[in-house]
Amino acid sequence: MFESLSVPGLGSVLAGTAILGFLCGTVGTFAVLRKQSLMGDAISHACLPGLILSFIIFNSKDSWLLILGAAISGTIAALIVLGITRFSRVKEDSSLAITLSVFFGFGLMLLTWVQRRPDAAQAGLTRFLFGQAATLMDRDVWFLATIAIPCLLIIFLFWKQFQLVCFDRSFAQSLGISVSLFEILLSLLLVMVIVVGLETVGVVLMSALLVAPAVAARQWTNKLGHMAILAGLFGSFSGIAGAILSNMGKTSIPTGPVIVLFITLIVLLSILFAPARGIVWYQFKHWRDSKILHLDSVLANLSSLAREHSGKQYGHSIAMLKEISSNPSGVPGSVQKLTELGLVKEVEKGFFIPTSKGVEYLAEKTSHMGAN
Amino acid sequence: MTQAQIEIQLLAMATAVACSLCGVFLVLRRMTLMSDAISHTVLLGIVIAYFMTGDLASPWLIVGATTSGVLTVLMVESLQKTGVVREDAAIGLVFPALFSIAVLLISIFSRNVHLDMDSVLVGKIALAPLPSRRMEIWGYDFGPKSLMLMVAIIIMNLGFIFVFFKELKVSTFDPAFSKAIGFNPYWIHLGLILSVSTTAVASFDAVGSILVVALMAGPAATAYLLTDKLSNMLAWSCIIGMASAVLGYWLAHFLDASISGSMSTITGIIFGFTFLFAPERGLLSVWNRNKVRNRKFKLALLLLHLTQHEGTIREEEECHIESLHLHLRWDEYEARSVAFEAVETYCATQENKVLKLTPKGRIIALESLQLGTNLN
Repeated sequence: MFESLSVPGLGSVLAGTAILGFLCGTVGTFAVLRKQSLMGDAISHACLPGLILSFIIFNSKDSWLLILGAAISGTIAALIVLGITRFSRVKEDSSLAITLSVFFGFGLMLLTWVQRRPDAAQAGLTRFLFGQAATLMDRDVWFLATIAIPCLLIIFLFWKQFQLVCFDRSFAQSLGISVSLFEILLSLLLVMVIVVGLETVGVVLMSALLVAPAVAARQWTNKLGHMAILAGLFGSFSGIAGAILSNMGKTSIPTGPVIVLFITLIVLLSILFAPARGIVWYQFKHWRDSKILHLDSVLANLSSLAREHSGKQYGHSIAMLKEISSNPSGVPGSVQKLTELGLVKEVEKGFFIPTSKGVEYLAEKTSHMGAN
Repeated sequence: MTQAQIEIQLLAMATAVACSLCGVFLVLRRMTLMSDAISHTVLLGIVIAYFMTGDLASPWLIVGATTSGVLTVLMVESLQKTGVVREDAAIGLVFPALFSIAVLLISIFSRNVHLDMDSVLVGKIALAPLPSRRMEIWGYDFGPKSLMLMVAIIIMNLGFIFVFFKELKVSTFDPAFSKAIGFNPYWIHLGLILSVSTTAVASFDAVGSILVVALMAGPAATAYLLTDKLSNMLAWSCIIGMASAVLGYWLAHFLDASISGSMSTITGIIFGFTFLFAPERGLLSVWNRNKVRNRKFKLALLLLHLTQHEGTIREEEECHIESLHLHLRWDEYEARSVAFEAVETYCATQENKVLKLTPKGRIIALESLQLGTNLN
């Protein structure tokens, strides 16, 4: 495995995917929180016509010019989506789908038109669609870094504003923050990240790289700061892991899909096992709570039965408790547990009464209920 | 037109109709992005079915693709039901993952197989009339296979809509009511997903995955801006779909460019045009309506102002045409133009540049004060 790591250029591939992963994770956090997960998908598809138009106009493959074109058409698409949703009764899902497919279709039309001109070089649809992480060179890494640093700096500088815009727009407005300005800024960041990422992972997988790290990070924390950093780390980690995995085999496997599958795996693990929000954790908590609830209900039944009879020492059998319990099969176990805890005692064989400690415990529990 | 051209256009129109029919319900149920997800993930079903049968023409490919489309939707929904992931994020997680698996499977196991990505996205409608792709039964040529398939899909979709029209309607517009009268909307939901998947798979071969999305969302959303009636929306959607198919074909023909790309471009142009100019809900008519309403309101306000000062000492000053804008706090030009409108519509007369109410103007002013008076 390690000799393949010494493949020339792998270092820059790793650095590039790591930077891109971090950037996607952080910026994606805001997109996911603002329910704009699929905006990324629409923008990335919408970059195609801009890319090709700038190629047609300037007739060069200079990445800055291509990226400028892509960014402009991506921004226009984002504004169109917002405009359609705002000014007509067409809902957001439809406006996203229309914008995405029409821009992409228009791009395809331009592309096929260009390719049939004899003087034009092939612009490479496959590269746009699936990216070519494997061909990242030092130059590309520097390029990614020059985009990444200002983007992260902007997020850092306007942290408080972005936080407010994400969670409480009206409060932000009341503080005099221009909400729409920061929303546009966030959308522009999204466009920037997508545009630089397209070359590496391609259109389809770009949206996964924006959404997945943020969703995974969301499961582990309730704090925006932690979430953004964690999402960045998840993104970077899967970028590196994907690049290594796809270079391990003898035949080269496309890097983009491997990265996406890796980050999807992280999402699955997070959804299942993250503390507090994870499904497994939640089920465990549910099971534990229902156990405690059952104990309490058996104790309550026992004490209300005891109260109905004058003699305090008058015990009740398990069979009796089973009759009034909602889950009769659990009664013997619960009674035993209660006895161990000293909340219930056995007055004669097979007959139980609550102890004074048990009565106190119950009184405290019910007072809680009253307070609620 | 040659026979091949006619056949391509027929196929494009058939695909457009099949997609538009499903699209109407997707748009109304806010599920349009499912078509995006499905059209990507059918690739996985095709790849797996291909590995199992080893035949690119096998009907199992369609079964596999449809199954993976349905599975995609079910996965998105179950992810959503866990409550930890929202719908948009769930879609954004599921389809790239399944698509990645498909791309990896292709790149690992079938390097030399003709399953290239470009044709997946772009489709190969232009190849449909080729001799190898025709359906011949007992030596009689029935036309391209994909055209026959699309016709079958249209019949299936129409049948589904026709038989379950009432159920579709109630479960789309009022799922709670549907449940209350004892009809579980989930079955219709499943049926719809099944028909969307089948349609996407069948269209996929002809026009590619992106145009499937364009044809499902575009015509239906355009129709949504034109009518309030479900049956009319279905009809409009089909007509717009067919129009985009034919116009798109000729655009592609003149530019010598991709047919499916041109078709989705035309879909977008038609939607944009409708968005701006639709008679009831177009941007321009909404703006226009607001302007007219605003104008009527201003006129009523002016007439009220006149009633207030009618016969008072300050009438000369308050109702003087030169100083109206000061009292009403309007723009000078606007105040004057509203005043002229009042005179022109015989709501007021001008005496020495002072406005006087006519009986008609008085009635309008008093009516506008009454609650519930319609300013329209």
